[in-house]
Amino acid sequence: MIPLSHILIYSFLMFAIGLFGALARRNVFIVLMGIELMLNAVNIAFVGFSSHLGNIAGQIMPIFVITVAAGEAAVGLAIVVAIFRNRLTVNIDSFNLLKW
Amino acid sequence: MIKYVWLVPLFPLVGFTINGLFGVRYIKNRAHWIAVPALGLAWLTAILVFIDVLHGHTGEVTLWDWIVTPDVHVRVAFWVDQLTAVMLMVVTTLSFFIHVYSIGYMGHDPGYPRYFTYLNMFVFFMLILVLGSSYLLLFVGWEGVGLCSYLLIGFWYERESAWKAGMKAFITNRVGDAFFVIGMFILWYYLGSLDFKEVFEKAHMLSPEIVTIATLCLFMGATGKSAQIPLYVWLPDAMEGPTPVSALIHAATMVTSGVYMVARSNVLYNMAPFSLEVVAVIGCLTAFFAGTIGTSQFDLKRVLAYSTVSQLGYMFLGCGVGAYAAGVFHLMTHAFFKGLLFLSAGSVMHAMSDVLDMRLMGNLKKYMPITAATFIVGGLALSGIPPFAGFWSKDEILHHTFETGHYFLWFLGTLAAGITAYYTFRAIFMTFFGKERIPEEIKHHLHESPKVMTIPLIVLAIGSATVGFFGLKSSSGESFFAGFLAPVMHHVHGTEHVVEHAAEHAVHVPASVLIAISVAVGLTGILIAYLVHMKRFIDPEKLVKKTWMIHRVLYRKYYVDELYFALFINRTLDLAFVSWKFDQFIIDGIVNGASYLTRFLAWVTRYCTEPFVVDGAVNGASYVVDLTARVLRRLQTGVVSNYMLFVAMGLFGLFSIYVFARFF
Repeated sequence: MIPLSHILIYSFLMFAIGLFGALARRNVFIVLMGIELMLNAVNIAFVGFSSHLGNIAGQIMPIFVITVAAGEAAVGLAIVVAIFRNRLTVNIDSFNLLKW
Repeated sequence: MIKYVWLVPLFPLVGFTINGLFGVRYIKNRAHWIAVPALGLAWLTAILVFIDVLHGHTGEVTLWDWIVTPDVHVRVAFWVDQLTAVMLMVVTTLSFFIHVYSIGYMGHDPGYPRYFTYLNMFVFFMLILVLGSSYLLLFVGWEGVGLCSYLLIGFWYERESAWKAGMKAFITNRVGDAFFVIGMFILWYYLGSLDFKEVFEKAHMLSPEIVTIATLCLFMGATGKSAQIPLYVWLPDAMEGPTPVSALIHAATMVTSGVYMVARSNVLYNMAPFSLEVVAVIGCLTAFFAGTIGTSQFDLKRVLAYSTVSQLGYMFLGCGVGAYAAGVFHLMTHAFFKGLLFLSAGSVMHAMSDVLDMRLMGNLKKYMPITAATFIVGGLALSGIPPFAGFWSKDEILHHTFETGHYFLWFLGTLAAGITAYYTFRAIFMTFFGKERIPEEIKHHLHESPKVMTIPLIVLAIGSATVGFFGLKSSSGESFFAGFLAPVMHHVHGTEHVVEHAAEHAVHVPASVLIAISVAVGLTGILIAYLVHMKRFIDPEKLVKKTWMIHRVLYRKYYVDELYFALFINRTLDLAFVSWKFDQFIIDGIVNGASYLTRFLAWVTRYCTEPFVVDGAVNGASYVVDLTARVLRRLQTGVVSNYMLFVAMGLFGLFSIYVFARFF
C-alpha cells in the first residue's frame, strides 16, 4: 500500500507545478491548465486522505470539484474566446482592462 | 312707582345710546332733542318715585343677577329709601335744568352732540351710583361718573390745560378709588357681602378695628371723589371743562357722592368713632383752607371751585359729627345754589367771550341784570344769609358741631363761614358792581344771555331761595328734612350714648345765639367785602402789596400742587425715567448683547469654523482617501497573473500563520 506521505508529496508537487504554470506562463490556455492541475492536485490529496482515514466523504468531494472544474473550464474558455475576438491574442498580459 | 324706578336711569341711558351712536353723524346740532326730553322723563319719573317715598314706601328692586358664584352673589338691584329719593330729586332736577341751560351755552360748539352724549352718560352713572343697592353697584356708578368727569373736563381736548386737568382729575381720583376698593374688600372679606342691607345688618359682627380701617378706606375714596384734603387738588383744575359741566358734575352732583356714600354707610361710621372724628376734622380743615384760598383768586370759576371744596368740607363736617341728615341737607341746598352760581358764572363767561378774570369785569349788572340777580341770590345762599338755602343747612351743621362738643371745629367752621361770605361778595362786587374794567373789544357785544339760559337760572334761583325751608324745625325739635331722613339714619346705641354724654357736658348755649353768631359772621364777611371792594376804604391792591407774603401763599394755593409735584408726581416721573433707562440699557442691553453674541458666533462660524474645521474635515477626508487611493491603486495592475500571485501569496501567508501557530 502506498503510504500517505508519497501521495501528499505527489499532490504537493502537482500543485506547485500548477501554481507555477498559472503564475509564470503568459498563455491563457497554459494558465487555465495550471489551474486545472492545482484542482486535481487537491483532488488527489482528498482521495489520499480518504483512503488513509477510511472516510468516504473525502471521495465525494473530488466529484464536486471535478464538476465545478468542468464548469470553470467552460466559462473560462468562453471568456478566452470572447477576449481573443477583441484582442486577437491569448497573452494574459494584455488582459488588463480592470486597471487604475 | 318704586317698581319702575329703573326707568329713571333708563331714560338717560337711551339718550346716551342714541346720541352716542348717531349724534356725530346724523343728529348733530339737534342732539338736545334727544338728551333734554330723556332727562325730562327721568325727572318726572323721579318725582313720581319721590312722591311714593313720601308716602312711606321704600324697598328694593332686583333687576337681574350679575355675578353668581358659590362665594359671590351680586345682584343688579336698586335700593329706594328716603336718602335715595332725596339724591334722586337733586340729581334729576339739577341735571334737567343744566341740560336746558346747555342748549344755549354750548349752542355754537362743534362738539355739541358729543357733549350731550357725555352729559347723558354722566346722569346715567350718577343715578346708578345713587340707586345701587350694594357697594359694588355704587362703585360702578362711582367709576362711571369719574370717567364722564374726565371726558367732560377734557372736553376741549385741543387745549393743553384741559386735557391735563382731565388727567389730573382722573389720576387723583384713582388714588382715592384704590382705597375705596380696599375698603370694599375688607367689608366683603369679613361679611361676605356688599349689599347695603346685609352689610348693615351684619355690621355688629365686625370688630371695632376692622370697622375703623374699612370706614377710613371708604372715606379716603370719598376724599378723592368729593375733593377733600389731601386729594382736593383736582377740583379747581376741573374748571377747564364747560361751565355747565362744572355746575352739574363738579358742584352739584358727582362731587357730593362722597357725602352720599358716608351718609349711606352711617351704620358703619357710627361704629367707628375715630373714623367719624377723622371725617369731621378733615371736612372742617378743608372748609377752612379752601375758603382762604378762595379769597385770593381772580378767576371767577376758580373762586367758585374753591368754594365748592370748602362747602363739601362742611358736608363732611356734618357727617363727621354724626349729623348725617344735616350733611345731606347741605348737599341738597349746595347743589341748588352752587349749581346756580356756576350757571350764572357761565352766563357771564358767555357774554364776556370766555374771559374769566374778575379784574377785567365790573358793573356787569348794567348789561346782564338777570344773571346779576341770580348770582346775588346764589351768593346770599352761599354766604348763609337767612332765609336763603345755605343758611339753614350750614347753620344746622355748625349747630350740631357745637352741640357734640367740637368747639374748635365749630370755631373754625364759623370762621370759614365768614371767609365764604367775604370771597363770595368780593366776587360779586368785582364782577357786577363798581368800576367797569371791561376791555373795549369785549364790551361792544356784551349782552344778556338768551332765555334758554336765563330761565334755568331763575328756576334755580327760586330753588336756592326756598329749598332751605325744609330745614325748618318741627315741633319735635328736629328739622323736617332730618325727620324725613330719620328712617335711613340708624342709630347705634353706643354712639347715641356718647353723643348724649357729650351733649350733657356741653356748654349750653341756646340755638338762637349760635344762629345769631353765624349770621353775624356772615354779614361781617359781606361788610368787609363791601368796604374793601366797593367803598375801597382799604385799597385791595395796596392790601395785597402790604400782605404780599400771605397773598402769595394763598394765591399759589399753599403750594400744595408744587408740594405734590415735588413729592409724588416728579418722583413718579423719576421712577419712570429710571425704569426707562433700565429698559434702555439693561434690558435692551441684554437683548442687543444676545444679538451681538449671535452675530459674533455666526462670524466665527462663517470665517473660522466653517472654512477650517468643517470644510477642513470634509476636504481632509477626501484628501486622505485620495492619498490612500494614489498609493493603493498601484496594486491594481489589471494583470491577472499578478492577482493570482497575490492570492497565492495570501494563501501562503495564511498557511504559514496557521502552521506557525499550530506547531510552534
